Amino acid sequence: MNIIVCAKQVVDASEIKIDSSSNKPILEGIPKKISDIDKNALEEAIKIKEKHNGKITVVTVGSADAKERIKELLAMGADEGVLIPYPDKYDYHIVSTLLAEAIKKIGEYDIILCGEASTDLFSGQIGPKIAGLLDISQITYAQSVNAEKDKVTAERNMGEKSVTSESSYPVLITVTKEINEPRLPSLMQILGAANKPINEWDIESLVVGLEPKIKTVELKGVSMDRKNIVFENNLDDSVGKLVDNLAKDGVLG
Amino acid sequence: MVLVYSDNKKLTFELLSKGSELAKDLGKKSTALIIGKNDDLLANEYISYGADNVFVAESDIDSFKAEEYAEILEKVINETGKDTILIGSNKNGKELASRLAGKLNAGCIVDCTNIYLKDNKITTERVVYSGNAISVEQFNSKPRILTISSKVFEPLKKDANRKGEIVKKKIETGKSSSKILKIKEAVTEDVNVEDADIIVSCGRGFKNKGDIKLANELADVLKGRTIGCSRPIAADLKWMSEDHWIGLSGHKVKPKLYIATGISGQIQHIAGMRDSGVIVAINKDPDALIFKSADYGIVGDLYEVLPKLTSAIKDKMS
Repeated sequence: MNIIVCAKQVVDASEIKIDSSSNKPILEGIPKKISDIDKNALEEAIKIKEKHNGKITVVTVGSADAKERIKELLAMGADEGVLIPYPDKYDYHIVSTLLAEAIKKIGEYDIILCGEASTDLFSGQIGPKIAGLLDISQITYAQSVNAEKDKVTAERNMGEKSVTSESSYPVLITVTKEINEPRLPSLMQILGAANKPINEWDIESLVVGLEPKIKTVELKGVSMDRKNIVFENNLDDSVGKLVDNLAKDGVLG
Repeated sequence: MVLVYSDNKKLTFELLSKGSELAKDLGKKSTALIIGKNDDLLANEYISYGADNVFVAESDIDSFKAEEYAEILEKVINETGKDTILIGSNKNGKELASRLAGKLNAGCIVDCTNIYLKDNKITTERVVYSGNAISVEQFNSKPRILTISSKVFEPLKKDANRKGEIVKKKIETGKSSSKILKIKEAVTEDVNVEDADIIVSCGRGFKNKGDIKLANELADVLKGRTIGCSRPIAADLKWMSEDHWIGLSGHKVKPKLYIATGISGQIQHIAGMRDSGVIVAINKDPDALIFKSADYGIVGDLYEVLPKLTSAIKDKMS
């Protein structure tokens, strides 16, 4: 079974501060990581490989430092990595087209796995967009996946209901965070990952003449000003003060 | 030139309000799309809520599949020449819009929180980085696909005197290679956290499902009586149904008072409640992230704090 996992390097949104003078989020110097739910996608890929054998390729469109992140995914259990650099200008259309073209270049695949959305922008477009570009079936928001030899069944979390779907291969599946607990690689696996290949592909080798469809005009910071009054001594005192404050604020009904 | 579609009627009304306004500003018409069986009643309702006309894409498909619906939308867009597509941003709508964008090589903006014309260009805003920023975006090309969540726009007032044309056309689709085996309605407790005035919310600090009653008792003395929770309680432990879940992939709430008990304050949770009026945090860990997002905090064991707080509020209000 050949599995392709799309993974994104993101900034850790919990570390973002807002520059009060320009009212813009400060994105430079923030720790980067693989988007959490993409690790769930890889974990699911590894489980499928454990059952059916095959190969897992991780594809990332990202900046050069994403190579370090891809090594983490190779340590977890992916066999090979592909890194495509960000073009000067990019949007969802460009990233999904690059991923779809890279998937075509990889050639043989049964399952493409993505996280339901990335933790930075949380748009959730990329998975279904790739399925549309490749014109293959899609199963989104999977909270459990059962891959068999010639078909896959998945239980989809649709909020007010759960929908069990089945598809033949090839299929694109997006997973939710609940599907599994991504494994932590052992020291041996981390060392072993150094010998696994990471291929860096030029944009031009995949597609020419790509133009973004969306332009970001502005990124406005949203600061969250809270009073941050914390009571931590005598409990009865603390409760009393809290209730007085809430009454004063007029929020007690 | 504006096409509006959602499988949720109420959400379609909201989309029609924005869609007809945009169409008017651009000197064009708005069209509501119905997929499936012909439904004159619904078509006329859409007109009374602002659609200039209605396109009924007649199809035998009995349940939603993104592959087939995206194909229908593609055909309708080709047929009608629509270039601005507004889709309701529920789970079906998002995967439909994104797949359609792939098929049409189109730009797509998901979860718009505002849409307006600036320099005569359709301009959108959406929340990014877990609520830390708003991205203002414009389209460089057509068609443009936009998705909008419920409660972003107010529906127009219903006006039964509005007139519009209803066009019906049979649309054939290929068979998708996926199929639906089973649909199971989730157990819900009919809670609507999005409309609640006061929310008491529970996180991993609760050791047992039964202990949630401590939060219930607090909610009972407060007007509002609504219980929310963070991701682990609904999604992992399943102690509460998902209609209680507040966060980035759960519900977004803005009550006047939000009391977070035993919630550590992961950014994904904050994203769901950051617009609340007053935020109170109760957590035994003085370094818990939640205190940074709170107006008032009590450092203490929720098992001691909650009963005391409940009785103190009861006294105060009586």
